[in-house]
This record gives sequence, C-alpha cells and structure tokens, in this order.
Amino acid sequence: MGQTFAEKILAQKAGLESVVPGQIVTVRPDRLLTHDNTSAIVGKIARDLAEFGLANPEMHAIVLDHVIPAATEKDAAGHKAIREYVRKYGITHFFDVGEGICHQVMVEKGLALPGQLVLGSDSHTCTYGAVGALATGIDRTEASALLITGETWLKVPATIRITLQGELQPGVSAKDLVLTIIGEIGADGANYLAVEYHGDIASLTMDDRLTIANMAVEMGAKCAAFEVDATAREYLARIGFPPGSYDLVWADPDATYLRELVYEMDRVGPVVARPHTVDNVVPVAEVEGMPMQQFLLGTCTNGRTSDFEVAAAILAGRKVAEGSRLLLLPASRDILGQTLESGAMQTLIAAGGVLLPPGCGPCLGAHQGALAPEERCLSTANRNFKGRMGCKTAEIYLASAATVAASALHGVVTDPRREVRS
Amino acid sequence: MTIWCYGDDINTDMMFPGKYTYTCSTAEEILPHLLEDLDPEFADGVKPGDLILAGRNFGCGSSREQPALGLKAAGVEAVVAKSFSRIFYRASINQGLLLVECPQAVEAYRPGDEVRLEAEKGLINVGAQQFTFPALPTEILAIRQAGGLLPYARAKLRKERGSNG
Repeated sequence: MGQTFAEKILAQKAGLESVVPGQIVTVRPDRLLTHDNTSAIVGKIARDLAEFGLANPEMHAIVLDHVIPAATEKDAAGHKAIREYVRKYGITHFFDVGEGICHQVMVEKGLALPGQLVLGSDSHTCTYGAVGALATGIDRTEASALLITGETWLKVPATIRITLQGELQPGVSAKDLVLTIIGEIGADGANYLAVEYHGDIASLTMDDRLTIANMAVEMGAKCAAFEVDATAREYLARIGFPPGSYDLVWADPDATYLRELVYEMDRVGPVVARPHTVDNVVPVAEVEGMPMQQFLLGTCTNGRTSDFEVAAAILAGRKVAEGSRLLLLPASRDILGQTLESGAMQTLIAAGGVLLPPGCGPCLGAHQGALAPEERCLSTANRNFKGRMGCKTAEIYLASAATVAASALHGVVTDPRREVRS
Repeated sequence: MTIWCYGDDINTDMMFPGKYTYTCSTAEEILPHLLEDLDPEFADGVKPGDLILAGRNFGCGSSREQPALGLKAAGVEAVVAKSFSRIFYRASINQGLLLVECPQAVEAYRPGDEVRLEAEKGLINVGAQQFTFPALPTEILAIRQAGGLLPYARAKLRKERGSNG
C-alpha cells in the first residue's frame, strides 16, 4: 500500500517497514534547532548534562535571533550562557547574533535537507518542508530531553493533499495563496495533520515554497512538504548540496489521504488576514483605505530577497506616506547582502524604510518595533494575534510584501495591483 | 473551585505574551503574567484544583511552553477543551498537565454546573451528565505518570545505563 511523505520518513527514522496514521513511534531526529531559548533549555538539564552527557552534539543547531542584539542585561546574559555551552560541548552548528532568523539560516546552511527529520523549539520549524524535510515544532522541555536522550516520540499524522493548479497572477504572491488556504480551512483545519503540496509547483520559487511551508502551523499542521523538484535541486546545489548528498523521499502515487483539496492559483487575489486570528482572511478590497501606522516587511515568512525586490519595485523613487513607519527585517545576513548588491535595500531605505538587524524581534513583540495602544500594523509576518507586537489594544493585519509596500506608499491598505509597475 | 471559561483559538501569545518569553522561564516568573492578555483576573484568582473549559484549538500559535508550565505550577487540575493545538498538547504532556479533549462536555456546561473529573477512568461529570474521553496511549501515560518528560527521560537513562554497566 502506498505511503505519504510523512509516513515514509517516520517509518524510516523509527526503523520500521511501514507506519499508519495514529501510530506512535520513537525516533532519533537528524537535527534539533533551538534559538535564544537555548539558555532556558540547557538550564533545565545542567545537572543531567554532567551526569549523562550530551547525546549527540552534531544534532544540535543553535541560531541566536529572537532578541538580537540583546535588548537587556538579562538577554545578554542568556546569549553569553549559550556561547559557553557551545564551547563546552563542541557545538559546531552555532550561529551568533546577526546571521539571521533560525528558519532561514537552517535552510541556507543545509542543516535541514531533503528526507531529514528536523525538530525545533519554535513553531515555525515547519518551514523546512520547502526543501523536503519533515520538520515540526516542539516545546523547550522536549528539546531539553532530546539533548540528553537523542530521541523522542511522534504520532504519525494523517495527511491532507493540496493540489495547486495554474499559476499566480501579477501582484499576487505565495503569501496570498497560503492565507487563502488558511482562511478556507481554518486555523485548526490541519490540526495534528501533515500537508503535502502537489500539482503545478514548478511555477513556485524556493522563496514562495518557504513562505507557504512557514505558514503550515497557522492552519494547525504538524508539517507541510513539497516534492524536491528541479527548482529545489538547483537551490540545494547552489548552497553546496548537489544531488546525491541527500535522500529523496516523496509520497507514493497511491498513498492514502484524509482529505484532498484543489486550489486554482490563477483565481487567487491579494488578501489580508484581519485581527486577531490568521484565518480571518478577506480580499484586500474589503479593507482598502484603512489607515495603518506601521508596516513590517520581512520576518521568516516574507523576509527574503524576492520580497524586498517586489517592494523596491513599488517604492523606487517614491516615499512612504507621512506618518507611516516602514520596518525592514531581512531573514538573514545572506539576504541582506543580496538585497544590498541588487540595490533593493538602498531603494527601500531611500523611500523611508528603517533597516533592522536580521532577527525576529518585532514579530513577537520581543524587541524593537512595538506598537502603541490603538495603532495598526500591516505586516508580512505569520501571526496577527492580540498583543503579539507588544500591545493588546493594537491591531495587526497580515499581507504579502507587495501589499505592504503599496500600502506603505499611501499610509492606507492598498491593492498592490494598482502599484505594480513594469 | 473555579471553572475558568474561554472560547475558540486561545493562542499562547494571549496566555503568555511574547515580550516576556526570554525574560521569564521559571514558575515564579511566569505565574504573575499567566493568561495576561486573555483574562487579567486569572493570575491573581487561580487556585489549585481549578479547571479551565475552552473551545476549539486551545493553545495554538507559538511553541512557548510557559502557558503549560504555568498552568501546571498554578495547580490547575486540567484543561477541558473541544480540541487542542498539537504543540501545546505535547508541551502539556511534557509538564504533566492533564488535558481532556471532550467537546460534548464543553457544550454541555452551563454556568453554575459542578464539573468533576475521574481522569483514570476517562470520565468527566458536568452537572448531572457524564461523558467519556479516550485514555492516553500507554507510551504517553508513562510520561505523565513519571511527573513529566524530564523525570521520565532521567529514569529511562538511569535504567539503561544501570543495565549496561
């Protein structure tokens, strides 16, 4: 009987011939990601590390990104404790302040490869499904236990198969597509489930796939995955992983799915997720003209080179509206470099944008870019929860990079198709 | 005993705002902010043995464990919900916090009803009505019985090393 992507990887990692949804398996992940929370994670097992040692130093990848550079003495002390742990236990996959947001760094550095099982103490770990890894988020305590045991349990998920047909229209992006899907199936529409994307994925760039996989947790999914096709193979080769250096795993044609959905990409238009849930999605037309004070362009969802280029094309030679703040938050140092080389970042800064260090801070209200009471922010991030950006009487609306850029130009929500030039 | 009632899609940001996640990790640090953006009265009012009743997708969003850790530390007996988000579900198992997925019980509850759990039997009594909920799989029950994931992992490692040496 055919197996899904998740069933195949979990069977392989559990050393079993096959598995079925609902089965609980014990697995040894290929990689464990932790970030600024590493100090709390390692703090829980200080004595255990002395007694049992670290199960597998090669498994552990650490990226400092959530509050960088440190905002307070306490954050700085946390970072210092992490650096000491890294030295003491010989952690080689360590990326200090400034390298980027963990999910982008994990992919760029080849720490999440096709066919791998990757766990991370961050909910957006699901991003690595874009490169064919089975990746999912766990809590801090589970990360602590994994460091001393090297293993954990996972329930084999049933899978939703989403077939994408056609291609996205100008001014419409992968963010609009994934928000449309979440709006339809709901914030818990894929709870406990895996999601596989099939169909005309050839028209989606790696950046598009990373955006879509990143948002899987916003529909409740355990993981989301794309088949490793020519686009993905080319990307992996460019970052130093040619075909043959990873395992290709994909669903069998006769795999069994819990649910099958079809989306015609040509019919997707620009959308916005209104406060305070990600599935509160409406066409941009329904909120056009609504004033916003802050615009956040970046994050692990839409802080990639193509996002800044799309925004720069809209804002070139123009200025963000008076009274509007445009924050630029690239997902990594590499991306920052690329956008400086192409000139997109200079364009956005000249238009009035404020460049922030590659990290997470404003998205979760942890560092920089906090909102005041009654303010509104239009953001390319993945969450619009009440209080998310530091103030519970502020409102967060989610949209694509193009919509954020077009709206920043006018200070009010604007359909990006009005501003797409060329 | 107080029964705290909340709706659908209660996310972990509402239960423990992101601005505290890198400064508050221990139970003492977490408790004053527990459920801060959801219910400002909860942190001061919660008592050991209290229950939370909620709708669908309880605990969605961030993987931060402070809500599960805080609810356990506050002595909350269980969270009864129509459904739970998966990371929060795991985090609660790992903290030893009891979660009861029972949409019928949540639907049946009316203010003033007495709610009584018989967890080991998989029974929940709401007013005069009784509902069942599925038992935890044995692998997961073992974690709960050990008092959480870390005590479970330690015992397992000691047993393995003891038998090897």
